[in-house]
Amino acid sequence: MTEFVSPEIMAGMIPSGIKLGLVPDGSGSCPGMVRLLIDQGIRDLHVVCAPIGGMQVDMLIGAGAVAVLETSAVSLGEAGGAPCFGRAVRNGDIRLLDATCPAVFAGLTAAEKGVPFMPIRGIIGSDVLANRTDWKVTTNPFDDSEKIVVVSAIQPDITLIHAPEADRFGNVRLGRLREVMLLAHASKKTFVTVERLSETSLLEDEKLAAAVLPAMYVSAVAEFKNAAWPTGLYAEYEVDDREVQDYAQAARTPEGFQAYMTGTRSAA
Amino acid sequence: MTSECTNRELLIYTISRLLTGVRHVAVGMSSPMPAAGAMLLRALNKKHSKEDVQLSILGSIAHNAFTSGAEELFDCAAQGRIDAFFLGGGQIDGKGNVNLVGAGGYPNSKVRWPGSYGSAYLYFLVPRVILFREEHSPRVLVDQVDFISAPGVSEEGVYRRGGPHALLTNAALFSFQSDVGRFRLESVHRGHSARDIQEMTGFSFDNDHCEVETPEPDAATLALMRGQIRTELAETYPLFAASLPDAA
Repeated sequence: MTEFVSPEIMAGMIPSGIKLGLVPDGSGSCPGMVRLLIDQGIRDLHVVCAPIGGMQVDMLIGAGAVAVLETSAVSLGEAGGAPCFGRAVRNGDIRLLDATCPAVFAGLTAAEKGVPFMPIRGIIGSDVLANRTDWKVTTNPFDDSEKIVVVSAIQPDITLIHAPEADRFGNVRLGRLREVMLLAHASKKTFVTVERLSETSLLEDEKLAAAVLPAMYVSAVAEFKNAAWPTGLYAEYEVDDREVQDYAQAARTPEGFQAYMTGTRSAA
Repeated sequence: MTSECTNRELLIYTISRLLTGVRHVAVGMSSPMPAAGAMLLRALNKKHSKEDVQLSILGSIAHNAFTSGAEELFDCAAQGRIDAFFLGGGQIDGKGNVNLVGAGGYPNSKVRWPGSYGSAYLYFLVPRVILFREEHSPRVLVDQVDFISAPGVSEEGVYRRGGPHALLTNAALFSFQSDVGRFRLESVHRGHSARDIQEMTGFSFDNDHCEVETPEPDAATLALMRGQIRTELAETYPLFAASLPDAA
């Protein structure tokens, strides 16, 4: 059963030390909730970026909440490099699991299907592969002449996303962002904040149903308007470029980052 | 109207020439010039009644038909449904290796770039990968990358039907010779000499006395870029489109 809770209670349901699944900025990112997690002093997260991270991940890193970062990239898009990420890499503050986008999707697909690994083309000869002990090169069992990479399944403990709407039964409309569906299927639990709640079932409308994450995957829903600000929400509202640029500028020093976090409002 | 072709217009036109014959070209995030080059190819093909070109521009709604999530691009590539793609990189070396991760050690890189994105995969699977980086300098075009996000060539036994096709910068155009794993200078943009290119490049390459000047677009093509292409580009890249010369 899906629980309906407040954003603050949802934040309290996400403990330190877990493997946390997050999506790219603008594709269901939820910086509003990330701010609440930072406020409650969350630590030692293994963050899985599916498949890349942006401002919300950079804020978690800046707050010292991330122990392990599994990602294909971290960037603030048009606003440039992610400053806390760059600093943490330089200082060795986080353990990096550098990936490549389709390998993250392959690992999530393995978890979705309940198998231990997934084969994937490419990657051989890269330093990405050389630094991943959880990826292996094997022989194609159907063709001895071919080498192929296998990546182990990726199963986040909790995935946290923001979506346009949920219904009273816990079904969540994701639209065409099928990669968010994949991440939710692969995760043990998915927590969703939404712009609005629908009184009628989203599964009743055949035109919507295929774009809906069914309630069986959704552990909790919180109504949290504008929770994707300033990163934006696909097909709902645009990124607030100016705010992200202000953040990029401020977070260039640890002091500037702290000042930004205490001096600016979150979506709440 | 400025009749002179700007450097960026030359790059966009050159990208369209490098894409000649492709059926489906994909363009990654934050890549306005590759997107413009692909749009120009589509418009030129239409004008000359050649085959339609499918464009998949990530970050666009109007020019992106994928409905199966971000993984659909990668699935398409693995099936051979994508003919061309673009990669940049903080470093590109003379063997076609690209580095999108960082410089000065790993994992604690002194300079860290965003990360490898899909490069470690698409480089193997997309037949025509165009390396595009405006800056042409010894710090970008290096002898040996600090980190291999994706290798330029692969040993036997590794499935590979794609790889580097060309390297385009704001000063020159190189082709990549996969049999020897080296770049070959194909042409030099107006205002530069082959000697300049040797000094600006941190790796050795073939045909280093090349005297061919990179062809520039004719007036009709330039007009198309300043009208239709500029308008199409504005949907995804409003700021970049506004920075290009217009038809007025």
